[in-house]
Amino acid sequence: MKFLFRRLFFYALTAWAAVTINFFVPRVMKGDPVQSLINRYQGQIDQDAVHSLYVLFGLDKKQSLWQQYVEYWGQILHGNLGISFTFFPTPVSDVIRTSLPWTVGLVGMATVIAVVLGTLFGTYLGWRRGTWADSFLPVMTFFSSVPYFWLGLLFIAVLAVAFPVFPASNAYTPGLEASFSWPFIQSVVQHAFLPALTIVLSSVAGWILGMRNMMVTVGSEDYVTVAQAKGLPERRVMYGYAARNAVLPQVSSFALSLGFVVSGSLVMELVFSYPGIGTQLLAAIGAKDYPLMQGIFLVITLAVLLANILADVVYVFLDPRTRQEG
Amino acid sequence: MSPAVDTTPASSPRPATARTRAEGTGARPILEIKDLAVDYGYGENRVKALRGVNLTLHEGEVLGLAGESGCGKSTLVYGATRLLPPPGLISAGEVLYHPADGSAPIDLLRQSDADLRAGRWQDIAVVFQGAMNSLNPVHRIGRQLEDAIKAHRPKSTGKEREARSRELLEMVGISAERVRSYPHQLSGGMRQRVMIAMALALEPRVLIMDEPTTALDVVMQRQILEQVQDLRDRLGFAVIFITHDVSLLVEVADRIAIMYAGEIVEEASASDVYRRPRHPYSYGLLHSFPPLHGPRRELQGIPGSPPDLQNLPSGCPFRVRCKHVMPECADVHPELGRTAFDEPRREVACLLHDAGHQVPEELSV
Amino acid sequence: MSNLPIDPAAAAPLGDEQLPVPEVTEGSPSGKAPHRKKFVFVRNAKSITGLTILVVFLVLAVIGPWIAPHDPNETTLDLLAGPSGAHWLGTDHLGRDVFSQLLVGTRAVMIVGLVTGIGATLLAVLVGVTAGFLGGVTDEILSALANIFLVLPALPLIIIIATQIEGINSLDIAIVLALTGWAWGARVLRAQTLSLRGRDFIEAARATGESTGRIVWFETLPNLTAIIASSFVSTVTFAVLSQTTLAFIGVTPLDDWSWGTVLYWAQSNQALSRGAWWWFVPAGLLVAILGMALTLVNFGIDEFVNPRLRLAGMSARQMRRSGIRPRIGFTARVRDLPRTYDHPTPVARAATTSGSTTGSGGPSTPGTSGAATVKETVR
Repeated sequence: MKFLFRRLFFYALTAWAAVTINFFVPRVMKGDPVQSLINRYQGQIDQDAVHSLYVLFGLDKKQSLWQQYVEYWGQILHGNLGISFTFFPTPVSDVIRTSLPWTVGLVGMATVIAVVLGTLFGTYLGWRRGTWADSFLPVMTFFSSVPYFWLGLLFIAVLAVAFPVFPASNAYTPGLEASFSWPFIQSVVQHAFLPALTIVLSSVAGWILGMRNMMVTVGSEDYVTVAQAKGLPERRVMYGYAARNAVLPQVSSFALSLGFVVSGSLVMELVFSYPGIGTQLLAAIGAKDYPLMQGIFLVITLAVLLANILADVVYVFLDPRTRQEG
Repeated sequence: MSPAVDTTPASSPRPATARTRAEGTGARPILEIKDLAVDYGYGENRVKALRGVNLTLHEGEVLGLAGESGCGKSTLVYGATRLLPPPGLISAGEVLYHPADGSAPIDLLRQSDADLRAGRWQDIAVVFQGAMNSLNPVHRIGRQLEDAIKAHRPKSTGKEREARSRELLEMVGISAERVRSYPHQLSGGMRQRVMIAMALALEPRVLIMDEPTTALDVVMQRQILEQVQDLRDRLGFAVIFITHDVSLLVEVADRIAIMYAGEIVEEASASDVYRRPRHPYSYGLLHSFPPLHGPRRELQGIPGSPPDLQNLPSGCPFRVRCKHVMPECADVHPELGRTAFDEPRREVACLLHDAGHQVPEELSV
Repeated sequence: MSNLPIDPAAAAPLGDEQLPVPEVTEGSPSGKAPHRKKFVFVRNAKSITGLTILVVFLVLAVIGPWIAPHDPNETTLDLLAGPSGAHWLGTDHLGRDVFSQLLVGTRAVMIVGLVTGIGATLLAVLVGVTAGFLGGVTDEILSALANIFLVLPALPLIIIIATQIEGINSLDIAIVLALTGWAWGARVLRAQTLSLRGRDFIEAARATGESTGRIVWFETLPNLTAIIASSFVSTVTFAVLSQTTLAFIGVTPLDDWSWGTVLYWAQSNQALSRGAWWWFVPAGLLVAILGMALTLVNFGIDEFVNPRLRLAGMSARQMRRSGIRPRIGFTARVRDLPRTYDHPTPVARAATTSGSTTGSGGPSTPGTSGAATVKETVR
């Protein structure tokens, strides 16, 4: 349990760091892009909202930095992330609330699929090292070096434009009413297929290579040789001994790679015009919608931290050494 | 494809010296390693770690293997059991296992994977060097004891297996409750005992122990060795015992084989090797540690360093460190054969013992 | 465009001095051994391929703008034309030459890649080695810092920083990327330093009273060279991907050509639905090829550092051809395993051994020349 507490403390620290970075970035940068935007909407924003933007972006020069910081935290803790300029006058939190489920659903599902597939394939490739299985490696290398969004472009070009098998954009057929009806679900699955395929294909290579290398490393541990010496069935040695131990670093690297996978997926959403948080973030860049960008950064960070906590719980289940008391 | 070997001992073209000795002692051979050659690496410049080694283990005996680190002791037993990890490569030889029912011997090197797997742990079990890493860190001790039983006795019930694993732990002096422990909860000595218990789970006929006590303190070392001897007296398995500590071997082993640079240079009964070494290297090895019993003798050590297997000298590999080196040592590679005194049941690989040479006094005691 | 001078020789250390320093392991090998080991890395086919591709890209980064057949901003009347003799990779919606855009854009990609790589690696070495060497509270704090930067999703962080810099250029991008991309290297270096710190030769240096600075500079860093190189290569990969992504989403200025900029124009002008594959396929391929080259170099370093990943002395294809299969628990055998071993040097003891045992080289192995090449009928 000590392990989990340590980790939780670390995540709290990371969340604090994310909020603090958000606080300082606009204050360190020269220029007042937010001020000019507020001026543009002068009169259309009510006083409370203007004040909250002042707090978020440090435009209130009368207060000391520390006062600003305290007030900033107050706002964040109340879930007040300011007003989006793109979707004026919708609060940032509302914009995020409508787009986050799409991203979590798509990226979450695709990542789980990629991790499971990658770990299974990597187990196999690592165990079969020095055979024809090695010839997969160059292909894997290629997919791990391709930008997500470009792979998405290729899929659209081939599977949506040249051979229109899948829709090229949106999360469901426009005009369809969002409900738990069969046509709607079918439409969602159809629309999610290409984006999910993109994420899976471009991230699975990393999981495969990681697992393969861990299998090779763990394979030379004595206990694997002992398991073979005991005459255990091949599958038992491969899964119960080699893969069972090789998967541990895989779980910890899941935690660390997640930020990277999410980053790639965000841009991929733009390519597919998927109504998720990534598309919002990229639209915000064009519109210089700083409150939305910062809000999205915070929310993504929290989501990644949450996934990390889940990974740690899994790790505790998998490794008895972390459960040692004292 | 039949991996079983049709060679009966009688039709073998090479009258293995081991057999004659076996007849002499009356004990049947149980494991015969013949001309085993093992390389490291697969490419052009692979290292020839073992070069045609012959060794026979008889029923119920303790055979000790000694030599400096890197001489190929472990390579020999792991190669013979095909447990040597990559980049090990078996390049020649036979390893004949004589089944208990007296049927034709089986060549372990030519068995199919499935047959080899079926025989492992049942016939030959291994206690690996460094028990720290021999246990799977994520499974309980009990589970690791039981999975070997389950693999070879598929009809046994879970209850029987658990009872057996408890019994095994108590046999090596560990509380039966420890089946619920994870390896990291045990001390080094306990883990080593667990490994011994695990090796004896299926009552194998051959037990290979690779430096089983190196990492332990002297008290623990003695305890474990006494336990193994005790168990052997009760269960009657044969043991190959590997160590670089010859003094330990003299106490434990019935017979000793001394290895140098991937070859066996001398093989004889433990007391013969100890009192009357016939090979200059054995002599050096024995004089590099203080004797446990008997009169004190001068410690000498062996000049030079262990050979680089990649560039072995021509002829006898030991000649560059040997104080009795002769001109022909550079040209002729000595084979294991009789001593100059034609003693029964002992062999040496040294040209000094050839006809026409004077064996130095220290080697002719 | 950034005026950062690019020295073509900057690429050379990759192959010459920086990488192939062997890790000092127990017992210093004598004689020719270090020399032989030193070239293991360079001999590795993977790293040779990777380094060759890298050199080509570096040369293009230097001479690209001069050899480009057109001005990348020059509009022509060939709107959205496919590849032709005049425009090797076709034109975009304004009739600009895509091939020239890519050639000119190579420089920005390589600048960002190298500057980020150098900057982030310096930070990583500073943080990682300090943490690993000093230990204690310093280590706790620095490790936590590195882990925070690892867990924070990099791209949104880069975006919120980069978008608030006015008039951002390639160098700024590189600095932002270096500030966010150092953590992985620091983590790896810390772990390696920690294990080095416990090794005998460092302990010995301490015992003889060498200063900490000297131990770090002369005893520790040389042994981290391979890891540092590998972390440099990974950071360059990260930087190239991130730079392309940032350009693609329009964070970098549009007149600063890079491969991502080409993709930006393609995406925002419906290259896909217009079927203009020449517009977006080559740019992505270039990223993939560069990324692959970097990964190959890293494979080479990995195999150099971690011998467990190396297939000793033989390529996978050779192994398959020779029928050798390296496996844990079932040691490989040579094909048609001979029953007897031939000693390479003359074997004797004939004088003492009894008549029937005239040396093993004699009767048992007729016509064999070497254990590995034996094709005798032993079955």
